[in-house]
Amino acid sequence: MTFIAKPKLRHPELQRNKHGFTRRDYEGAVSTLCAGCGHDSISAAIIQACYELELPPHRVAKLSGIGCSSKTPTYFLGNAHGFNSVHGRMPSVLTGANLANRDLIYLGVSGDGDSASIGLGQFAHILRRGVNMVYIVENNGVYGLTKGQFSATADRGSKSKRGVENHSASIDLVMLAIELGATYVARGFSGDKSQLVPLIKGAISHRGAAFIDCISPCIAFNNHSGSTKGFDYVREHNEAVNFLDVMTPRDEITADYAPGSVQEIKQHDGTVLRLRKISEDYDVHDRVAAMHYLQKSKAAGDIVTGVLHVDPESPDLHDTLGTVSAPLNSLGKKELCPGKSAIDKFNAARR
Amino acid sequence: MPERKINNFVIKFANVNGSGSASANKLFARSILRMGVPVSARNIFPSNIQGLPTWYEVRVSEKGHLGSRGGVDIMVAMNAQSWNQDQLDIESGGYLIYDSSRPVPASKFRTDITVIGIPITDICNREFKDPRQRQLFRNMVYLGALSSLLAIDIAEVERLIQEQFSSKEALVSPNVQALHFGMDYAAEHFDCPIGFRVKRSSSVGSKIFIDGNSAAALGCVYGGATVAAWYPITPSSSLAESYEKFCKTYRHDHDTGRNSFASIQAEDELASIGMVIGASWNGARAFTCTSGPGISLMQEFIGLAYFAEIPAVIFDVQRGGPSTGMPTRTQQSDILSCAYASHGDTKQILLIPSDPKECFDFGYQAFDFAEKFQTPVFVMSDLDIGMNDHLTDPLEWNDEITYDRGKILSKESLDELAQFGRYLDVDGDGVPYRTLPGTHPSKGAFFTRGTSRDRYAKYSESGVDYQDNMQRLQRKFEQLRTQLPAAIIEEGKTKASIGVIYYGSTEPAMKEALQYLEEDGVSLDSMRIRAFPFGDEVSEFIDSYDRVFLVEQNRDAQMKSLLVSECNVDPNRITSILHYNGSPITARFIRSEITQSLDALKPSRKRKSISQKS
Ligand SMILES: Cc1ncc(C[n+]2csc(CCOP(=O)(O)OP(=O)(O)O)c2C)c(N)n1
Ligand code: SF4
Ligand SMILES: [Mg+2]
Repeated sequence: MTFIAKPKLRHPELQRNKHGFTRRDYEGAVSTLCAGCGHDSISAAIIQACYELELPPHRVAKLSGIGCSSKTPTYFLGNAHGFNSVHGRMPSVLTGANLANRDLIYLGVSGDGDSASIGLGQFAHILRRGVNMVYIVENNGVYGLTKGQFSATADRGSKSKRGVENHSASIDLVMLAIELGATYVARGFSGDKSQLVPLIKGAISHRGAAFIDCISPCIAFNNHSGSTKGFDYVREHNEAVNFLDVMTPRDEITADYAPGSVQEIKQHDGTVLRLRKISEDYDVHDRVAAMHYLQKSKAAGDIVTGVLHVDPESPDLHDTLGTVSAPLNSLGKKELCPGKSAIDKFNAARR
Repeated sequence: MPERKINNFVIKFANVNGSGSASANKLFARSILRMGVPVSARNIFPSNIQGLPTWYEVRVSEKGHLGSRGGVDIMVAMNAQSWNQDQLDIESGGYLIYDSSRPVPASKFRTDITVIGIPITDICNREFKDPRQRQLFRNMVYLGALSSLLAIDIAEVERLIQEQFSSKEALVSPNVQALHFGMDYAAEHFDCPIGFRVKRSSSVGSKIFIDGNSAAALGCVYGGATVAAWYPITPSSSLAESYEKFCKTYRHDHDTGRNSFASIQAEDELASIGMVIGASWNGARAFTCTSGPGISLMQEFIGLAYFAEIPAVIFDVQRGGPSTGMPTRTQQSDILSCAYASHGDTKQILLIPSDPKECFDFGYQAFDFAEKFQTPVFVMSDLDIGMNDHLTDPLEWNDEITYDRGKILSKESLDELAQFGRYLDVDGDGVPYRTLPGTHPSKGAFFTRGTSRDRYAKYSESGVDYQDNMQRLQRKFEQLRTQLPAAIIEEGKTKASIGVIYYGSTEPAMKEALQYLEEDGVSLDSMRIRAFPFGDEVSEFIDSYDRVFLVEQNRDAQMKSLLVSECNVDPNRITSILHYNGSPITARFIRSEITQSLDALKPSRKRKSISQKS
């Protein structure tokens, strides 16, 4: 675990943005995730994106489900309210929060277990309702927090740390999101900051349901085969004692590659991810073409990254409901209560 | 003609679901109300949309006994499928009214009742061309016949038809015509009125006729609820639908076309309660409405709201369990699953209305309780109150009433605060201060989670912090005892040594039974429980009688269990009277159960009095 205390003192030379905030104002508590966990890189990218967009941090509401990924909202935007809700149900809590106050920025953080298994239903419905938000799934293909069980995004045929083979087809959240009507859909990789930060900034700036599937390697539970010698030793030790006893901190896996190109990423467990960055002439507005392209790439074994689909014009949930422009939570008795004269009339009509 | 038949009878309509009878039957009930005579009306319907039998039972009672009575004096048998049973249900000396268009052999009729045949189909076929009208106006024909037979003022029925179709003028005259065909036929062929009849009175007073779900929905509008999230389930759906309907009237700005409410039909009950929690966390007043199966699905989230101290208002319109149970029948069988809803040590607030008026009152008050105490609040209605029209006191609202939003810190108060602790017991009442997202740039933000945190909402798995928090929650709960609607205690005519406890929709049957028992020479004091946690008056009441009956509409004596475990009373001192067949409890049932139970005790009583004499 990383317990590196951050210096409390504010450096006078730290740059301030137009609201007078420094980058530090976008940070949160110290992460307690495993050193090298992809999720921490995503938190860093969120911090960077919010800083670059010069958002007032307290105008963001961070909502999550349960999992290592869902813990991360404490590690960024410390001056924003956060809500660690229940497993798989962040979307409904976020929807309710959004209904109450349409003026805040809603950031939903979830895991692949949280969104593709227990929460698949809520994942689907929040997207089809067009809730104005950014929904990020920190996708590691496993249940990190409960120690390495398969998630529904794990590829068919892959083996878990316990040597169990996954026989079920995997769920591709990006394809589902496009199908369900999300109006900004992207996929990133936790280690590719130069791509991820703009993806998050695009999602925040989008008005409507924005979804980002972010591949995020888990250093603890993707550590079975093809690893370095030292790592093999750790694995054997842990297998012998039958629980996770020793863990070696690992370096974050990074990537940097050009649009249109493919980069093979070797994870800590030796598995290889083939990331294909979409080329610059890709048309994000063509939903049908996007789905076709994703299917083709999947068949070829590529994981496509980048902004995959955008529909900038579609109405959000408040538009569909026709709610007033003032946040509902700002209305009081004066605006909400029909009063005594109305009740007298109401009674009279029921005699 | 015996007096007791005037303004005192039960009439039941046996119809086919989906045949348009519901609106005609309601007209019947309302026309009697317009004559100043109290009625109660109950739908008995299957879980089906079209085709199965459905019944509408109207009890006419000058004395205002409006619980279900049991037994039928007049059966309007419009459904061949249930014909046999319907006839059997008629009390001896009663009436059977049926469609005589097709001859029925005399052997098919009971001999101890009066049979009145109206050729309804023939009349409709003769008078109307359109097959749809022929079907629809059958209901108006029998309504007309009943007006003659029961001496209902036809002018009242006509006025109601006019009001009902005020926006569809063209429908008024064929409806009135059909009414008259029935009325004239009955007047020509029978000695009208028959024994049972309606006589103009002034017993209705200012009361209104409304179902509990509508009243509760209006309570939500008055209480300032802006977010509703729900999933359809009988018998609660009409609460959400009424809320939307009322909001279209009261919360829609005609100039801008905008709404100051949001109602979401969620994908399931988990999402419904999740949305309510999200909205309440963010400072809106929000509610959901459901029934037992939905409550089961919401359990995990309810625990989160309890521990994270987030307001949430949940209407449970109870029905018979389970999901494939008795969705269209009434019960009070979610008491325990709501009082202790969720995992871990949890206890929840229950408000238990007994009629639509209280559904309205508790409906708006629930939001104050939820916000003041930052916790879920259950309003425990049931199918009988929720889906049936009841004669109830007019709904009351005083413009002086303000919304108690509880302890929410504004930006200004945060500015003045040295340090904010979300779960800090500043006032010693167990209720901490909360902040809403987006309030202050640098103060008051925190990460909401269940219990793994300290008083300042900082992550902590320390057992000390956990216990500290649990004890504060307990303190908060304890002080609720004096803050919720108190139990209502009424004394019998003579000094009683027996008490009876009841709650919710049992009220009208209980009050009627108390009168009968009084007439039988058994005087009882009664207490109606209206909320959990219980106030001190509840255990004091139990302590002051030799014997206490507890009347409930469930099998397992759930309220008794709650009383025994929460008030530390001796279970042997409470005798349960339990009714759980899905139909509303009756005064007849309560009276006979109490009488039998007391009779069983008599020998020992006698012995006692003899020994006292000697
Ligand atoms: C109702 C419920 N069931 C099970 C759990 C246990 N649980 C906690 S986290 C988790 C899986 C998390 O996986 P994922 O969402 O992929 O997050 P990760 O830890 O991999 O980031 C499970 C099953 C729970 N918290 N709640
Ligand atoms: S277990 Fe995996 S997902 Fe969880 S913190 Fe460690 S590396 Fe990250
Ligand atoms: Mg995962």
